[in-house]
Amino acid sequence: MIPELGQFALVLALGLALIQASLPLIGAAQGRDEWIALARPMAAGQFVFVAAAFLILTHAFTIDDFSVRYVAMHSNTALPFAYKVAAVWGGHEGSLLLWMLILAGWTLAVAAASRSLPEAYAARVIGVLGIVSVGILSFMLLTSNPFDRLLPAAVDGNDLNPLLQDPAFAIHPPMLYLGYVGFSVPFAFAVAALLTGSLDKRWARWTRPWTLGAWLFQTLGIALGSWWAYYELGWGGWWFWDPVENASFMPWLAGTALIHSLAVTDRRGIFKSWTILLAILAFSLSLLGTFIVRSGLLTSVHAFASDPERGLFILMLLMLITGGALVLYAMRAGRMEAEGGFKLVSREAFLLLNNILLVVATGLVLVGTLYPMVLDAAGYGTVSVGPPYFNTTFSIPMLPLVLLLGLGMHASWLGMRGETLVRKLVPAAIIAVLGGIVLTVVVSRGLDNVLTPIGIIAGLWVVIASFWDPIMRLVRRESRTVPLSRAQWGMIVAHAGVGLFVLGVTVTSAFTIESDQAMAPGDSASIAGFDFEFRGVREVEGPNYDAYEAEVAVRRNGSPVTLLAPQKRVYRVQRNPMTEAAIDPALRRDLFVALGEPLGGNAWSVRIQYRPMLRFVWLGALLMALGGLLAATDRRYRAEQRQAAEVTPGRLVGNTETA
Amino acid sequence: MTPRRQRMALIAAVVAGVAVSVALALVAFRENVLLFFSPTEVVAGEAPTERGFRLGGMVAEGSVSREEGSLTVEFVVTDFANSIPVSYTGLLPDLFGEGQGVVARGQLNTDGSFDAEEVLAKHDENYMPPEVAEALERAHPEGSP
Repeated sequence: MIPELGQFALVLALGLALIQASLPLIGAAQGRDEWIALARPMAAGQFVFVAAAFLILTHAFTIDDFSVRYVAMHSNTALPFAYKVAAVWGGHEGSLLLWMLILAGWTLAVAAASRSLPEAYAARVIGVLGIVSVGILSFMLLTSNPFDRLLPAAVDGNDLNPLLQDPAFAIHPPMLYLGYVGFSVPFAFAVAALLTGSLDKRWARWTRPWTLGAWLFQTLGIALGSWWAYYELGWGGWWFWDPVENASFMPWLAGTALIHSLAVTDRRGIFKSWTILLAILAFSLSLLGTFIVRSGLLTSVHAFASDPERGLFILMLLMLITGGALVLYAMRAGRMEAEGGFKLVSREAFLLLNNILLVVATGLVLVGTLYPMVLDAAGYGTVSVGPPYFNTTFSIPMLPLVLLLGLGMHASWLGMRGETLVRKLVPAAIIAVLGGIVLTVVVSRGLDNVLTPIGIIAGLWVVIASFWDPIMRLVRRESRTVPLSRAQWGMIVAHAGVGLFVLGVTVTSAFTIESDQAMAPGDSASIAGFDFEFRGVREVEGPNYDAYEAEVAVRRNGSPVTLLAPQKRVYRVQRNPMTEAAIDPALRRDLFVALGEPLGGNAWSVRIQYRPMLRFVWLGALLMALGGLLAATDRRYRAEQRQAAEVTPGRLVGNTETA
Repeated sequence: MTPRRQRMALIAAVVAGVAVSVALALVAFRENVLLFFSPTEVVAGEAPTERGFRLGGMVAEGSVSREEGSLTVEFVVTDFANSIPVSYTGLLPDLFGEGQGVVARGQLNTDGSFDAEEVLAKHDENYMPPEVAEALERAHPEGSP
């Protein structure tokens, strides 16, 4: 009975979403206040019912209700409790429900935090989000209902895919979806601005904190996914240019461009139509990502559903939402007036370059990701585009991007003399080049690629240039100047994160040493100055798996470094073997050991990796997210809200509270 | 710059950016696109010998063998119409096994055997790589394997 209530809640949510997607928009167009006032209550009601459905599904998992097909497919009585909860999003239907819950959550947040916006505009934003809700909810109810019954009920469940029984997995999808789905908010703001027709630059100011919020969650989500792939997939890579990874990376790239172009529109009132287009692009890429992951076109751990009907539905949804927004854009973009021009050496110009390079990078990833799928769908055979394509083409726009970044963040709005800018940063550049050469010599083990020192110098350059202002303030003991704002600190921290990331990627891809070995007890392998001694394999037992566990002692120059215990697990329900790598992490280097299979005799195959500075990759991503958090919580956004609320208190009360 | 010239510059820059990206993509594609072939296609001589490709099918029952203590493993990839012997040195994926779908990336030798640099297996027992399912379908249009 309870699961049926969950389905009923989804139907009610769809009903409210239909009202939310229609009446407030019509009301805003015709000036009917009572219809405009429907937006917020509908958003709140929709959230309540979607949350109820989500809780009901979670409940079905926690009580092992195997009469629900989805629960029987993805859980098991022996599954630890925390993973029963996380298993809610361990498959296609539940993932969609999480997607929907997060969309309803963002909509509720917009409804609650948009009191300072003009009522008609806020109603349009919420109405556009309602349209997206209608699409996703009908998708769930028509093709992917998580509450479908299984008759007769299963005695026990099929268990959660062992790869997904992991703490990082438990939080990776919610984070990623908070980002993915969060881009629906700038999208809705952009479409609402197009609908309003009067496209002044206030639109950009309102959108900025929301975009930063979505972007920072997506940054965390992607970083978590990469970390999970590194230690859980068992092969020691941290990024595979897998279509599913690309699906989350493309909206991130477009979102990064959007953050920067919003800054220009907010500050200078230019690039308006470009910014709107980027907002549409970022969310369309999110939907495209959902399509890629959910359509079953992929050979991937994420490809739960191989149902063409589902893929077709999402494709139609994508075309309706993106197509509709683009048609509106074509009709209205001509009305947008730039409020001035810009000079060649100015913050605006650098941000324009940033946007072009990021969009080119997005395009390159898009082409490499879609090409095989399009070719396959058109019947021209199956091809795959390997990591070398992405590594080569992606670094071409990225190198100028990071080199220009250091200059751009010191360029003034409205323009300055190029000479002044260069003179300011010459010392930083010298330090970066010298430091880069020293670091290359320290970490290098036989240099084979000129790009390596260039990447190291570029990374250091970005870190140093980011902190140059605060450093100079310290050095000169300037206390009279205005303190740096939180938004400025956000920019500094996020860009320093980019620098650390570049440094990490460069060093770890150039100097990683990997070796597959056949090892019998007592055998030893020497890699990057570390001695790995294989001491043998024993059997161990986990809560829902049995495992072989190897003992590998690591020494350096005779003194012990660590003892690693990689496992080969067999989960009792699904009977699939799974590699559980053992890792000794450190900021300077990771040591990674994975246990392969028995080779006969006492020997096992073992993979050993030495990865210098890998942690910088994720540390960089963390700093980027932290920078986004600092910028999103800057005082000026809150000050703006208070100000607006003080100016028009009567109207706010009149439109909402009395409705 | 005037707003108008600035807009023109913006459009020119975007067009140039897109053009460069397409050019780069095409060049990199030519070098990095890997084609997929089934054993039947390889036997028919459709697969190249001078460059790498991906070979997919099922690992034939009873075909996996290795010398004791050696990292090199040999197995046969079949689509039940034709078979190709494959040799691989290194760690095999967790779900590799006889009677399982597999995709191997590597080079074809002149004697008709295949040297794999990378072996991919399916991710769970309900799941078959789509390429493999299709290749099996083509080799056996009417019956299920």
